[in-house]
Amino acid sequence: MTRADTHLTVNNLEMRYGYSVIQKDINFFVKRGEIFVVMGGSGCGKSTLLRHLIGLKKPSSGEILYGNDNFWKVNPLEKEAIIRNFGVLYQSGALWSSMTLAENVAFPLEQYTKLETNEIKDIVSFKLSLVGLSGFEEFYPSEISGGMQKRAGLARAIALDPDILFFDEPSAGLDPVSAKRLDDLILELRDSLGATVIIVTHELASIFDIGDNSVFLDAESKTMIAMGNPRTLLKESRDPKVSNFLSRGKSGK
Amino acid sequence: MGINGQNRLTLLNPSSDNLVLKFAGDWKLKGHLPSIKDVEGRIKVDSNIKRLGFDTKEIGAWDSALLIFLTKLNKLCLEKNIKVELYGLPIGVVKLLKLATAVPKRKDDSHGESRKQFITDIGLWIIEYFNATLQTINFIGEVFLAFVNLILGKARFRKTDFITVIQECGVQALPIVTLISLLMGMILAFVGSIQLKMFGAEIFVANLVGLGMAREMGAMMTAIIMAGRTGAAFSAQLGSMHVNDEIDALRTMGISPMEALVLPRMLALTLMMPLLCIYANFIGIIGGAIVAITSLDISLIQYFEQSRNNLGLIDFIAGLIKSVVFGVIVATSGCLRGMQCGKSSTDVGNTTTSAVVTGIVYIVVSDAILTMIYSIIGF
Repeated sequence: MTRADTHLTVNNLEMRYGYSVIQKDINFFVKRGEIFVVMGGSGCGKSTLLRHLIGLKKPSSGEILYGNDNFWKVNPLEKEAIIRNFGVLYQSGALWSSMTLAENVAFPLEQYTKLETNEIKDIVSFKLSLVGLSGFEEFYPSEISGGMQKRAGLARAIALDPDILFFDEPSAGLDPVSAKRLDDLILELRDSLGATVIIVTHELASIFDIGDNSVFLDAESKTMIAMGNPRTLLKESRDPKVSNFLSRGKSGK
Repeated sequence: MGINGQNRLTLLNPSSDNLVLKFAGDWKLKGHLPSIKDVEGRIKVDSNIKRLGFDTKEIGAWDSALLIFLTKLNKLCLEKNIKVELYGLPIGVVKLLKLATAVPKRKDDSHGESRKQFITDIGLWIIEYFNATLQTINFIGEVFLAFVNLILGKARFRKTDFITVIQECGVQALPIVTLISLLMGMILAFVGSIQLKMFGAEIFVANLVGLGMAREMGAMMTAIIMAGRTGAAFSAQLGSMHVNDEIDALRTMGISPMEALVLPRMLALTLMMPLLCIYANFIGIIGGAIVAITSLDISLIQYFEQSRNNLGLIDFIAGLIKSVVFGVIVATSGCLRGMQCGKSSTDVGNTTTSAVVTGIVYIVVSDAILTMIYSIIGF
């Protein structure tokens, strides 16, 4: 199943918390440069799947491959190389609260590159300006709004120009205009950086706007019940759960 | 419409198999919920009843009180196989009742088992305790690896973080350490002087305070202050970082939270603790001197001469070794509990409490062990 242009492959993944199975028999692959959406109702295990994809939780069985490397089988150095190419935007932004925005964005650069302090400063200003936050370098996360924290989180996620970006509910808690702006930003980042993007969301507007491919997780059967382009799924899916979700319950099935 | 505020219920029996409940007055959540005892009694006595109807022409205002009454009634009728005819009820009531029964009750009873067996409880407790022990050992192992990385020069943390922590647990702790150790020295002097006066050996107050502070109280009191001050702060900081996904953010950036967060804190506290301890020793001796001069007619020179002759370097070293051990304990318990913190704000509170309690317990335990070792090897 692994092909040259496949960036991430999930094979027979099963996820558990303690003894309770969250999801099982998850199989999908994400192509390089694709915007891939993980969707499903509340509590179906979307965020848990994301925690597995970014290596925070070990699968109870099955495997997750980045290119051809299994995260849980490679040696620590290779593991670090895989992680170094991740950019993750958490639901709350997860900015380090004891650091200013500039320090937040600079931290990964300081750790992984040999750049001079003033070079780092330039990069930080540039990344912050990309997300519309130039001039906020010296602000602490607690001094800015939730939407701004999220954008600052994005600036930090793209600090090292990652190959693969993960977003956990990017538009949750944002007003429609900011949510749209964030979607546009994600599209632009994908187009200009060529990064693969994986988004966990249940925001229909974003799903249809930016999703190239998707997987639908179902809480009841504890597995994925659909896969494909969300717009095609809306038109063609025969599964009442999927079409109900994608049409906000208006499909009448 | 019923004007009368009091709710009233009349049971009518138009035919032998039909029971009609006639509602009147206001059915609102004031005082107590209406009881279905009357209807229940009637149904039990009269087994002919097969249908239940409602008459609400005279009902006044109603709210959830009426709905809860009807839900209970509905359940009762289901058990007794009696048909409930809803059409006599106000349309709003019918709609809300339908809404309440639309989603069936959760059947999976794996959550919140209220009745556990005693044996199961013990079993679960043992498993929990075992896991906690494993976690602690795991944590100590990880800290050790982080230290190895530090020595190899591979550990990743921000120097500014380290300096901030040093400042927090060093300089900023001075005022409270000063106050407590000054008072500690004075208390030791007072307690000792009462006994020593009986022998006319007041001058030995200097020995008592000096030895007491240097070997025991200096290290102990700073450790307890730092457990309450810095240990709690460490666990609260790390705990709230956990709640806010900040620790996950470090991990997915390939930065070990052990190196970036735990290492600077452990290092800073372990370095600062002996310094604070020396400081506390001297302040304590000054406290003793104040008491000796003011209430025992001993001159300052006499007091310090006596202290100098009877306090050896070894006494201070004994205290310093203790303070290093206490520093490690306070930092470990603070960071360990912080890293174990759950994802809710209640967890942060519990974590902090637990960090302080663990810290103080292990300080006292290790102090006892060290004192025993000292006395065995004659240190």
